[in-house]
Amino acid sequence: MKAAVIVFPGSNCDRDIEVALRQSLGREPQMIWHRDTALPALDLIVVPGGFSYGDYLRAGAMAAHSPVMREVIKRAADGVAVLAVCNGFQIATECGLLPGVLLRNKSLRFACRDVHLRVENPYTPFTQQYDDGEVVTIPIAHHDGNYFADDATHRALLDHDQIAFRYCDRAGALTPDANPNGSLDHIAGVFNRDKNVLGLMPHPERAADPALGGNDGRALFDSLVAALS
Amino acid sequence: MKARIHVTFKAGVHDPQGKAIANALQGLGFSGIDAVRQGKYIEIDLAGSDRAAAERSVKDMCAKLLANPVIENYRVDIDAP
Repeated sequence: MKAAVIVFPGSNCDRDIEVALRQSLGREPQMIWHRDTALPALDLIVVPGGFSYGDYLRAGAMAAHSPVMREVIKRAADGVAVLAVCNGFQIATECGLLPGVLLRNKSLRFACRDVHLRVENPYTPFTQQYDDGEVVTIPIAHHDGNYFADDATHRALLDHDQIAFRYCDRAGALTPDANPNGSLDHIAGVFNRDKNVLGLMPHPERAADPALGGNDGRALFDSLVAALS
Repeated sequence: MKARIHVTFKAGVHDPQGKAIANALQGLGFSGIDAVRQGKYIEIDLAGSDRAAAERSVKDMCAKLLANPVIENYRVDIDAP
């Protein structure tokens, strides 16, 4: 599997993704500065978290219209897998790779803590090493993670099994207290219809090493390596 | 010419910042507030004098970047040159 991480001015999870990919892949992913728009042949592109372009205007809005994202959109249309984490998820919704939008957290506070997630669709290249309904613990760190979509879009997400993860309690129940940001239907991550693009607010790369407090994110990277190698 | 752009949330989109502003105003003793919705105001200085062309261009800017059409409406006013 050939993997690359896009680095924008303001990205701050790019190195964490690099470490997690190296661990699962056994070799280095390519780090691609946002000005380098001639992408090599790739099987996986990661759009990492951070505050691209200072989150000016709206979170992800500036990066969404950058030349390198036009290339990422083209590759995604050709079937290349795209993993978009946190600010990457915001960028992916802003550029139309994924449906919906991430609004300001309902609490208006930056939320930075471990959350429980329920795996809603383990039948994709991103999630195949998880079990259906498995509850995993992965940290969030965001101010704008309140997923919103109109009724028609929400219906389409349900009809096409596009919800990847939902915020839940330890037992997997969708209680109000388990929703850290007010997201519609507890949505923490969504796929595009073809399941080659995943966007999620939680940070699997921050839970890919027991020394960092958790290992539940590692299966996501292992899944990609197994599916795309 | 100057374009004056208001970007506001669509009806039905939750606006926690507007709600917090309403709560703060009430905390300051202002009464009679039913709801607050907040948004963005953007000014763009434009070259040329073709007002219709400017309006088309600025609306295109709104659709592509300045507003997110999933959640936001926009209104464009062009000042006479």
